[in-house]
Amino acid sequence: MARQFMKGNDAVIVGALAAGCRAYYGYPITPASEIAHAAALHFPALGGVFIQAESEVSAINMVYGTAGMGIRTMTASSSPGFSLKQEGLSYCAGAELPCVVVNIVRGGPGLGNIAPEQADYFQITKGGGHGNYRLITLAPNGAQEMCDLTMKAFALADKYRNPACIMADGITGQMMEVVELPKALPVERDHLGWAVDGTPATRKNLISSIVLEPVELEEHNLKLDAKYKACEAAEVLYEEYRTDDAELVIVAYGVVSRIVYSTVDQARSRGLKVGLLRPITLWPFPTAPIRALAGRVRALLAVELSTGQMVEDVRLAVEGRAPVHFYGRCGGMVPGGAELVAEYERVLAGGGQS
Amino acid sequence: MKVFEKSPSFYQVFERKSGPAKEATHYCPGCGHGNIHKMIAEALEDLEVTERTVFVSPVGCSVFGYYYFDCGNFQAAHGRAPAVATGVKRANPGAIVISYQGDGDLAAIGTAETIHAANRGESICVFFVNNAIYGMTGGQMAPTTLIGQRSTTSPLGRIAETHGNPIRMAELLATLPAPTYIERVAMGDSKQIMKARKAIRKALEIQKEGKGYCFVEILSSCPTGWKMDPVTSRDWLMAEMTKVFPLGVFKDESGNRDEGQWDRHFEGFAPDKVNAYLDRLKSALGDSEALSLPRDLHCKFAGFGGQGILTLGLFLSQIGMRAGHQVSWFPAYGPEMRGGTANCSVNISAERIGSPLVDHPNVLVVMNQPSLDAFEASVLDGGTIIVDTTIVEGRPDAKRLNAVLIPASAIADEVGTPKVANVVVLGALVAATGAFPPEFCEATLRAVIKKQSLVDMNMAAFRRGYDHVKNGG
Repeated sequence: MARQFMKGNDAVIVGALAAGCRAYYGYPITPASEIAHAAALHFPALGGVFIQAESEVSAINMVYGTAGMGIRTMTASSSPGFSLKQEGLSYCAGAELPCVVVNIVRGGPGLGNIAPEQADYFQITKGGGHGNYRLITLAPNGAQEMCDLTMKAFALADKYRNPACIMADGITGQMMEVVELPKALPVERDHLGWAVDGTPATRKNLISSIVLEPVELEEHNLKLDAKYKACEAAEVLYEEYRTDDAELVIVAYGVVSRIVYSTVDQARSRGLKVGLLRPITLWPFPTAPIRALAGRVRALLAVELSTGQMVEDVRLAVEGRAPVHFYGRCGGMVPGGAELVAEYERVLAGGGQS
Repeated sequence: MKVFEKSPSFYQVFERKSGPAKEATHYCPGCGHGNIHKMIAEALEDLEVTERTVFVSPVGCSVFGYYYFDCGNFQAAHGRAPAVATGVKRANPGAIVISYQGDGDLAAIGTAETIHAANRGESICVFFVNNAIYGMTGGQMAPTTLIGQRSTTSPLGRIAETHGNPIRMAELLATLPAPTYIERVAMGDSKQIMKARKAIRKALEIQKEGKGYCFVEILSSCPTGWKMDPVTSRDWLMAEMTKVFPLGVFKDESGNRDEGQWDRHFEGFAPDKVNAYLDRLKSALGDSEALSLPRDLHCKFAGFGGQGILTLGLFLSQIGMRAGHQVSWFPAYGPEMRGGTANCSVNISAERIGSPLVDHPNVLVVMNQPSLDAFEASVLDGGTIIVDTTIVEGRPDAKRLNAVLIPASAIADEVGTPKVANVVVLGALVAATGAFPPEFCEATLRAVIKKQSLVDMNMAAFRRGYDHVKNGG
């Protein structure tokens, strides 16, 4: 078994190479830069493309160009840079171009800081750019998943002809863990019907997001919406730990799910019957499993590195079936285990923030 | 009534165009776009490249270029056409790629994309239609609007002190080393139009030969935006625009460049090649053993930047990995990496690791005084604290903690370099925790230390640290 001890950020590129990604366009930003470093090393060595673009805006538009050719391509950034990519992502979604974009989320708003946060949840999962569209969003919580979910992101992007996003935090990007190296398998591509790749076969095709006539643009939107509904029905991923008999279910993703995971046994040894539900896809969100749990627990608690973003989706899933509490840290502050267990205790005693 | 026969590089009927008039363009009478389109289409046909041409339309009046050109078409976001064209050309160097842009698109919102595509020498043709006005949005001031020229956003005429001067893009780009060919032409009289035709053809020829980036700026009328009739417009273009935007060749390196020189290499996905490459990235440690771990290690390493704190954590992590355990390593990242205080957290466990952060270590290494002050209290009762006494003046609470005092930096100096103080500490840690057999650690270090000349010194450092603790230091 071929393994390596590597950073989550490096594992993204290993996964991308194995998935058949052939072009990387990016702009440096902490704490995502290692992704660009790895891409600069590996893509040209394999006959692929690496361009350090003049801006985040250019990088996502270069992605638009290569994606429109039916070739797997990606970019990566961190929060302020991701904000700049929103225009291009809207165009990619409108033109139905499969591509992968990674956001190693840092502290905001504005320049904020380079410490881990999850406050880009809204701008990633709710559209972010203009128009009716969604980003398929995967939230790895370790180096192996940074690799594996990047591969998955390429597959989903192709399947739905839509951009897919890896949403990770600074810790998941920066930490090193043992990664089992993936195997590259041939990719079945079915792009000649829509792509424009500079060959006679695709001469009649058009990559565009303009639909001038209102009647036709509504049709286009409804077609996209049907695609998103199909994705919601088929692609939800999540993980549960000790939720079977839990009185309090904690909903957390990314690095927070790791911290919560380490508190569950500890809390139970103190008589607190808690469990963890970890969304792996943030969009589509695991609405149904959360709703099912809501019917049989005393309460839910969303824990995030934000002032409360994912918690809104938890509340929409629960629809009043159980109280939904929230506990968040932000600005780069990360909750400790003891701090969380104290919060579980408060919630189960009838307190806690909501 | 068809005045001209359409080039075969045009669609004969413009099916993508909405409305009933499927054979006429959407351009206004007297507009230059139609003729410029025609010259491009004819050149594509004559050069026999239409089938492999990708035409990138901008935002502006020519946003609908794909109505007309019977080739592969992209429609790009405002100003981003050169970036899109880059993404196309790099992934298929055999394609003929055209970035067709107006003045607002190219010289205002897309200035960065324009300059950097030129500066990289992307082997594309940029056709820049400069009509000194924003046409599609209703006659607003463009970056190329002349001084004194009225527009809906410069109703009293453009004023240099307020609005800046018109930008001369051809001249600006000609200062860059990479572009191959830069010329400004005009849709004025028939002589000028013939020159424009030649310039367009030449640019496409250069791209066909793989000789690099071409930029043709074409001065063009906008009777609607200028509020003039077509004939007056043409006269104004020739009389006024050419004063500010002189016609001519600003750069021509086409004779000095080799065929194919600017076509970048690109290979498609070859899984076998990728697998062979990934195999080279695998760890030099080979298969892991299945050693037992007396207890989980939750370590924090702290000291100054430059003391090898992060490497110490990495060495221990790799020992843990080779021993077959779950391992995580996390650095306090960012500015502190560049001098100042450095620290990292390492977890080694037989079970799945939860938090990669270590709030309460059972092993703490401190290699400077601030780290002792900051982290001693966080160590779990009965935990191990290892202190480099050469550097740290304070001493930890030896009643609460298993205090390992070692003059690591002094020992490292004796071994030969202060740089191996971290490995002296590693030896001490292995001895104090009994987590791994020392020979196993030494074999791991031999495998992971890349510089062969440093191996002996590191071995000596490890052994000195280990013995210091074993012999009751």
